[in-house]
Amino acid sequence: MSDWEVVIGLEIHAQLATRSKIFSGAATAYGAPPNSQASLVDLAYPGVLPVLNAEAVRMAVKFGLAIGAQIAERSIFARKNYFYPDLPKGYQISQYEQPVVGRGAIDIVLDDGVRKTVGITRAHLEEDAGKSLHEGLAHASGIDLNRAGTPLLEIVSEPDMRSAKEAVAYMKKLHTLVRYLEICDGNMQEGSFRCDANVSVRPRGREKFGTRAEIKNLNSFRFVEKAIHYEVARQVELLESGGHVIQETRLYDSDKDETRSMRSKEEANDYRYFPDPDLLPLQIGREFIESVRATLPELPDQKAARFAAGFELSAYDAGVLSASRELGAYFEAVVDAVGAPHAKLAANWVMGELSSALNRDSLEIRDARVDPRALGGLLQRIVDATISGKIAKDVFEAMWSEGQDADAIIAAKGLRQITDTGAIAAVIDAVIAANPKQLADYRAGKDKLFGFFIGQVMKATEGKANPAQLNELLRAKLGGA
Amino acid sequence: MSLENHPKDAMLHDRSIGELGALLDRGEVSSLELTRHLLARIEALNPVLNALVSVTAAQAIAAASLADRRRAAGESGPLLGIPLIHKDIFCTDGVRTSCGSRMLDNFIAPYDATVVARLKAAGAVMLGKANMDEFAMGSSNETSFYGPVKNPWDLGKVPGGSSGGSAAAVAARLAPFATGTDTGGSIRQPAALTGVTGIKPTYGRVSRYGMIAFASSLDQAGVFTRSAADAATVLQAMAGFDPRDSTSVDLPVPDYRAALGASLKGLKIGLLKEFSDGLEPRNAALIEAALEVFRSLGAETLEMSLPNLPLSVPTYYVVAPAECSSNLSRFDGVRFGYRCEDPRDLMDLYKRSRGEGFGAEVKRRIMTGTYVLSAGYFDAYYLKAQKVRQLITNDFRAAFERVDLLLGPTTPTPAFAIGAKIDDPVTMYLNDIYTIGANLAGVPALSMPGGFIDGLPMGVQLIGPHFAEARLLNAAHQYQLATDWHDRVAPGIT
Repeated sequence: MSDWEVVIGLEIHAQLATRSKIFSGAATAYGAPPNSQASLVDLAYPGVLPVLNAEAVRMAVKFGLAIGAQIAERSIFARKNYFYPDLPKGYQISQYEQPVVGRGAIDIVLDDGVRKTVGITRAHLEEDAGKSLHEGLAHASGIDLNRAGTPLLEIVSEPDMRSAKEAVAYMKKLHTLVRYLEICDGNMQEGSFRCDANVSVRPRGREKFGTRAEIKNLNSFRFVEKAIHYEVARQVELLESGGHVIQETRLYDSDKDETRSMRSKEEANDYRYFPDPDLLPLQIGREFIESVRATLPELPDQKAARFAAGFELSAYDAGVLSASRELGAYFEAVVDAVGAPHAKLAANWVMGELSSALNRDSLEIRDARVDPRALGGLLQRIVDATISGKIAKDVFEAMWSEGQDADAIIAAKGLRQITDTGAIAAVIDAVIAANPKQLADYRAGKDKLFGFFIGQVMKATEGKANPAQLNELLRAKLGGA
Repeated sequence: MSLENHPKDAMLHDRSIGELGALLDRGEVSSLELTRHLLARIEALNPVLNALVSVTAAQAIAAASLADRRRAAGESGPLLGIPLIHKDIFCTDGVRTSCGSRMLDNFIAPYDATVVARLKAAGAVMLGKANMDEFAMGSSNETSFYGPVKNPWDLGKVPGGSSGGSAAAVAARLAPFATGTDTGGSIRQPAALTGVTGIKPTYGRVSRYGMIAFASSLDQAGVFTRSAADAATVLQAMAGFDPRDSTSVDLPVPDYRAALGASLKGLKIGLLKEFSDGLEPRNAALIEAALEVFRSLGAETLEMSLPNLPLSVPTYYVVAPAECSSNLSRFDGVRFGYRCEDPRDLMDLYKRSRGEGFGAEVKRRIMTGTYVLSAGYFDAYYLKAQKVRQLITNDFRAAFERVDLLLGPTTPTPAFAIGAKIDDPVTMYLNDIYTIGANLAGVPALSMPGGFIDGLPMGVQLIGPHFAEARLLNAAHQYQLATDWHDRVAPGIT
């Protein structure tokens, strides 16, 4: 097999989290009864006109500033004309030649820690279409126009990605970013964040891109990765068997894990784009841009850098903990409670026990059953040696299920560590007295039996003996002191 | 055509808006009486003229009664209780809004257009909806699904279009005013051919919300009246910013009636070389006579040129169909309007609903528009047309640095026979040769009666700079104080 290089560009559609639609006053909430959120404008009744939602523009500008892009002083809404039942006007209002957000870039970090910059060609505002419904309707299709007119930001990348992993890392990074900016809820099941992937392959070293296929409507990170894998394999196989890739739109079928042809370039619609005469050019002034800039939160990369430097965390840990604003805020609250010198301990617990508990119960960080102050309280008991790290895990489980704080659980269950040297020594003496053979063997050189004695003491103290003290005392006593 | 009238009502339909307002204010007539009188007149004359496609008698009686109660409660206003007819392109809540098309023959609008709402709020009483060319595409009112409108001056002649029903209704004294829309001359041309006054305001002066779109960048609502003074009264109520129309302009509306007294001394009027070249001699004589009237009122006249103006018609017939091809996509048989019987599948539903719902002229323009926007043709047609449009706009701007108004003919000829041009689209399109420029540039223009050719009325067109409606209306008003063309009534109509 020759050495093929994969080239990927993504078009990501992020649904903007405005309360009303991009060109009408109807609500955008998900899951309402069909057509209950479709106004006369969304239904494209004769005579109605679109009016641009300023909030959608503000969100687009916010995104543009976050990726360091040029914000167009003047951008144009255009009509993309085609007939489909879920497209009531017979055209989609989008932006074509002059988008609101120009060229920008984001950095991604790969698993091996390598950083890479992915270029963003443009981002533009457009309206979503409705949905066709086929289930439960015999010989008919239903149309739900609740989603029609929902604002979308289409973010178009450069063909800068070279593997499915890079594509997923890029998509995750954007997913993090739009949620940081609070311009998109990122809910992929509901279609709030979805992606089309342009995939091609070329012999490594060749400059010219291969012919690409566009895979439509990928709505999970896993599907993006699998669809690209399948598509790359398909194209390589095709090329190696002497065939050639045709430019076409393909659909990923997650049940069969394959991509299928939807339509080729020859069959593609001629969308007949032209400027929408119902909407004036969108003019964005310096002042507006600066007012939006003032609302920018700390961005993921900034937060990760601050965590890494301020708390002496690894780049990996800092990246994980800054993956969402909520997680970052939780972590920082835990650090506040336990003290900055113990940030690494806090990081381990947030990424370890807390994350697995959340995963196990399918909860979001905001629904965590242990709040950061309480977790900080638990970690303090490790720090001050009230309990061992091992006992702390049990306490955490109890806090999670019972909702009490660490101290109450430690007291109620009598989990406080035994740190009284005399008390530990007494237990050791009793254990040694009960196991004369093992003592003799140990003294004869069977060092491994040290662990046996530790286990016996821990058993006798229900694990509460302070491990460090136990270690020291036991070693002395076994040594005959 | 004659009509039996109660002596007191005998001349009621001949009264201007101003006169009717005074009668109503003095209690000499009620809106209900006036409304009943005009409804009776419509009942008698409309079967011949076909000017209205819907008569909303019950709503009119209710609205007139309401207007009378408002007046009794001390309210007053120049349109309170005054009847009107709306072009059937304006959505009217609960009333069929057909746009002259089979496609919308069954369409009951669920809301009022802004123009309709504003006139309703002013107390005007809708008598019915006026016939029109289908989707406002036509210059003769012959493309209507409901059949041609007859010109009250000669029932064998067209009234012009597309607002032919509105023009004929005002000319036949069925209502003191009627609304219209003007995309390439659809108010001014029928106003000229029926002997009434019609104004197309500046693009953006009147809201387009609720006005079924033909060509969005050109469409503008206006009004037909029997005088410029009445037009000032109605435009006052219609004009103004509307947050629901992004292309409406947020500028204060001047007091048009207050502007009607100004002297024309020193007013500079330009006569366009492009309009005079090749003008039919009798038409040229009417234009010269109108200029003479203005000179006698103290205006100065000078010849000038708008070099790109001759490109108006081809430019228009690229831009307007392009926009219409997209605007009319929403008529797909899915959510409202005409749907074909038993569609086999989605494509069949689209093709037959549109194929059966639209008439020939609408289809011609959709196809033309689709073509000029297509990949490979876009630059050569649409983009080129937009550039020419800008040049034409620049020509107008330059002209208005030298003159206050432009004057010229509204149409090349008087009303032509029904059926004479309907099979020859290009000849039909050339009817709009003098009117289209103002739409492309977005400037206001009006047509006022200026004489007769072969016993048929002819119009004189005045064009002004953006937002100079007050100047236009005053110039027309001064002209109408000095002439009586606008008072002539079609024989047999009284």
